[in-house]
Amino acid sequence: MITLKINGLDVTVEKGSTVLEAANFIGFPIPTLCHMDGLTPYGACRLCVVEIGEGPGAKLVSSCTYPAEEGLVVRTASSRVLEARRMVLELLLASCPQSKTIQDLASAHGIRRQRFRQEYEDCILCGLCVRMCAEQMMAGAIGFRNRGENRSIGTPFDIKSEECRLCGGCMYVCPACQLRCTYTEPEKAVCGGCANLTPPCVEKEQFKDMMCYMNPCVACEIKKD
Amino acid sequence: MGQGNIAAHEENVDVEEIEPGDILKILKAHQGDVGGLISILQEIQSTYGYLPAEALRIVGRQTGRSMVDIYGVATFYRSFSLKPRGRHLICACLGTACHVRGAPRVVDELEQQLGIKAGQTTEDKEFTLETLNCLGACALGPVVVIDGHYFSKVTRARIRPLLDKALEGFDTTELGKDSRIFPIEVSCPHCGHSLMDDGSTIDGHPSIKVTISMDHRDGWLRLSSLYGSYNFSSEFEVPHNTVVRFLCPSCREELPSTSDCSTCGAPMVPMLVNGGGIVKVCSRRGCRNHMLDLI
Repeated sequence: MITLKINGLDVTVEKGSTVLEAANFIGFPIPTLCHMDGLTPYGACRLCVVEIGEGPGAKLVSSCTYPAEEGLVVRTASSRVLEARRMVLELLLASCPQSKTIQDLASAHGIRRQRFRQEYEDCILCGLCVRMCAEQMMAGAIGFRNRGENRSIGTPFDIKSEECRLCGGCMYVCPACQLRCTYTEPEKAVCGGCANLTPPCVEKEQFKDMMCYMNPCVACEIKKD
Repeated sequence: MGQGNIAAHEENVDVEEIEPGDILKILKAHQGDVGGLISILQEIQSTYGYLPAEALRIVGRQTGRSMVDIYGVATFYRSFSLKPRGRHLICACLGTACHVRGAPRVVDELEQQLGIKAGQTTEDKEFTLETLNCLGACALGPVVVIDGHYFSKVTRARIRPLLDKALEGFDTTELGKDSRIFPIEVSCPHCGHSLMDDGSTIDGHPSIKVTISMDHRDGWLRLSSLYGSYNFSSEFEVPHNTVVRFLCPSCREELPSTSDCSTCGAPMVPMLVNGGGIVKVCSRRGCRNHMLDLI
């Protein structure tokens, strides 16, 4: 067992836990976008930053990937942490403003402006769907392609993957596309947006902005019956 | 994202047939090689000039790696291409130093002359134009690399001659300008059979005919018999920088190497010179090291 100090409170967790798990365990929630229980930590969204150490040696780390250490001093909501977190959220808003998840988080953190060039991406490259597909669904149908500003997630060669079983797990975990993919039925977390298109998503050109890697789409198949 | 460019990709689905056996051979050479994916892909690329989709599928099936991993690596590195490339690869440096020295104008000129944009291949499949971000030769900028040959301080005016030279091949030698070039006649050090081929001339002299073996493929190679000339022709294209084995066409024995090239370390191939002496040439394509030992 390892004892560390989070926001002044001692907390004892099992060896191998991350700082994020320890903080959640004692009841200090840390916002995340790319973390999910049951998937390997990835550290992509940087929302879970916390401050570790004391004095001039204190530094910001992503708590989802930082292992809990004996005697570690952690602050989850210092002014430095909150400032960094707000900046991350502002940048996320700049790239992906239509995501309900990001909007809610930004609102909760008191962000009232967005100073960067506005873009309308449909992906924040958090890699949740990639890990979901590989680790929980054991499929490995989608992955990262290219690099730098061209980095994207999708199937190899952009064609239907033989590994894909149309489980929809990728869309279920996606923090960027929930709003659009649930369409008019928020309780059904499966894509339904394309069902309203005329002509339907057979014409892929019109369909390309849908966050849907499935071919054919589950919703379309249901509609056919 | 996702399914956006299916149509764009279908055009690039390889029409060229690939030989699964070739891929399996490459994979076999890398068996048990942990993390050898990049070297496998590099070998496939040097065989085909690009990475055919079918080849990647075979690699996935044989190594147990998932297709997304392989595709991710293949698209991550600029040196890998999923599209067939032309016979000649032109890389123009657009790094900061080259940029301020006028590389964009050079690229413009290349694009105009070839009628393609950077990253594309001409319709006749002769040239592929690519840009890259630094070759580390900033003092020499703008730098252009054509088929592994580096050209420094390239100006717009030099582009056309360079392209013409590339079509001709950079390995050809201009004769008549060098008094050190003279004809020799050679024979096999094993069987003593003459290697001269009177039926086919290079540089106006009978050529030296040997058999070369590369990647389990055999074919003829005709070298110029002029000492100092690098002109040659071969049955199949030997990729730049590859080391090939030289065999005697009569006795089928390998011309035995007794020393390594002082420049590149590849084996030096000896041939007996009629009248006494041994001439040695480097077995690596593109290396011009050679020597003549007169007895």
